[in-house]
Amino acid sequence: MRHTPLHQAHLRRGARMVEFGGWEMPVFYSSILDEHQAVRTKAGLFDIAHMGEFRVAGPGAGAALDQLLTNDVAKLAVGEGQYTLLPNERGGVIDDLLVYRTGEEGYLLVVNAAKIEEDRTWIASHLPQGVSFQDESDAVGAVALQGPKAAEIAGALLPGLALPARNRIVSTIWNGVPLEIARTGYTGEDGFELFVPAASAEALWEALFEVGTTHGLQPCGLGSRDTLRLEACYPLNGQDLSPDHTPLEAGLGFFVALGKEAEFPGKAVLKEQKASGVQRRLVALKPLEKGAPPRSHYPILDGDRPVGEVTSGTLSPTLGHGIALGYVEAGSAAAGTRLDVEVRGRRLPVEVVPKPFYKNNHEHSRQSPLRRLP
Amino acid sequence: MSTPANLRYAASHEWLDPETGRVGITDHAQNALSDVVFYEAPKIGRQVKAKEAVAVVESVKAASDIYSPVDGEIVEVNEALAAEPALVNTDPYGKGWLFKVRVADPAQAAALHDAAAYDALAAQS
Repeated sequence: MRHTPLHQAHLRRGARMVEFGGWEMPVFYSSILDEHQAVRTKAGLFDIAHMGEFRVAGPGAGAALDQLLTNDVAKLAVGEGQYTLLPNERGGVIDDLLVYRTGEEGYLLVVNAAKIEEDRTWIASHLPQGVSFQDESDAVGAVALQGPKAAEIAGALLPGLALPARNRIVSTIWNGVPLEIARTGYTGEDGFELFVPAASAEALWEALFEVGTTHGLQPCGLGSRDTLRLEACYPLNGQDLSPDHTPLEAGLGFFVALGKEAEFPGKAVLKEQKASGVQRRLVALKPLEKGAPPRSHYPILDGDRPVGEVTSGTLSPTLGHGIALGYVEAGSAAAGTRLDVEVRGRRLPVEVVPKPFYKNNHEHSRQSPLRRLP
Repeated sequence: MSTPANLRYAASHEWLDPETGRVGITDHAQNALSDVVFYEAPKIGRQVKAKEAVAVVESVKAASDIYSPVDGEIVEVNEALAAEPALVNTDPYGKGWLFKVRVADPAQAAALHDAAAYDALAAQS
């Protein structure tokens, strides 16, 4: 298993470690429920150094990316980022990622850890001459600072820096090294992702606790990362997204710019699907009875008919009941539809509900575009 | 938390009180699971065999099977866990007990691991 630069820091804090996509990562330090609550009420810090960072630069870099990614790269101003998908020829999803325009002709792509190699091979082989590609995943260490206190803590770490607005990224020097800070996250709270050279990641982690502990900052692992993102209905590639499901089926049409001029793989498939309607939808399910939470791969039934399968499920710490995402046939996907999830041979009645399960009401929170999903 | 000397232990991290027939999971097990959020109890009256999966303890992340340490009959289940599943974490040898089994063969109970043997086992897992 690979280790991030923060591995020793996790062991020092008594983290319980697990294998995740070839990496040994913290699943929790105190407990999943405790860390989840810390992020919802104060702040949490996540090791995301396992994620991938690619730099794409040179004349035509933007146009080249527009031919590989579904969202509208051309409309990004310098310093702006967007959520987007890397599609395959069938309109399915290779990966979901964030792309930031860091310069006139320079872009930073932040991709899922499990897909670094696949994304690299695909993107690098599709770029034209003159557009450079650098995989900086091993050279860069990143952390995610999330929660209502995140801005205060980031401000304490970087006094004098105007913190970026939602979906924006700024560069600065911290401790003598380049630091990029983007206002984004995977939790449904306000927050930032900070990128430094890998050799400085541990110092950054500790420095954040030096200024953040007084604001209630806690280390948080993959366990709470999953419960937080699922409450916000953010999809997870490999569970809710796959090469065999389109972003339209996943409800991510907002991030698919079918109107842009650039051709990208699968565009024609997606145009056709938009015109004729999707046959299945990724829906949010809420149990109508107290019971075990729905989990990945549990069957979903409409009456006696199997109509789909759960892709992600957990107990929602904030709501106190099970929550799940799953693909169901379009005819069973309307909000309010009563379905059943099969849990160990028994039926758990559920209802299709609008996304997200959780919306934060904190002051200073920025509107996430993901919250505009139907 | 030390491993109580009066209990017997299965390699799958369940404990049995030979005097009362109560069964639960060990401190080691609850620690590995972290927050228990749901308990699916066995039916009262069910005949069970040693090593048979008879109940489920759900943590935030996953469902875990609970195996009966001995042959017998389920005679009682811990109703308190419906409202407070976290008792399994906070008091795994006391209020967090899972179910009570009428032990068919006391010799089978005696053959389970003692506290020292269980500690050695747990240290390896």
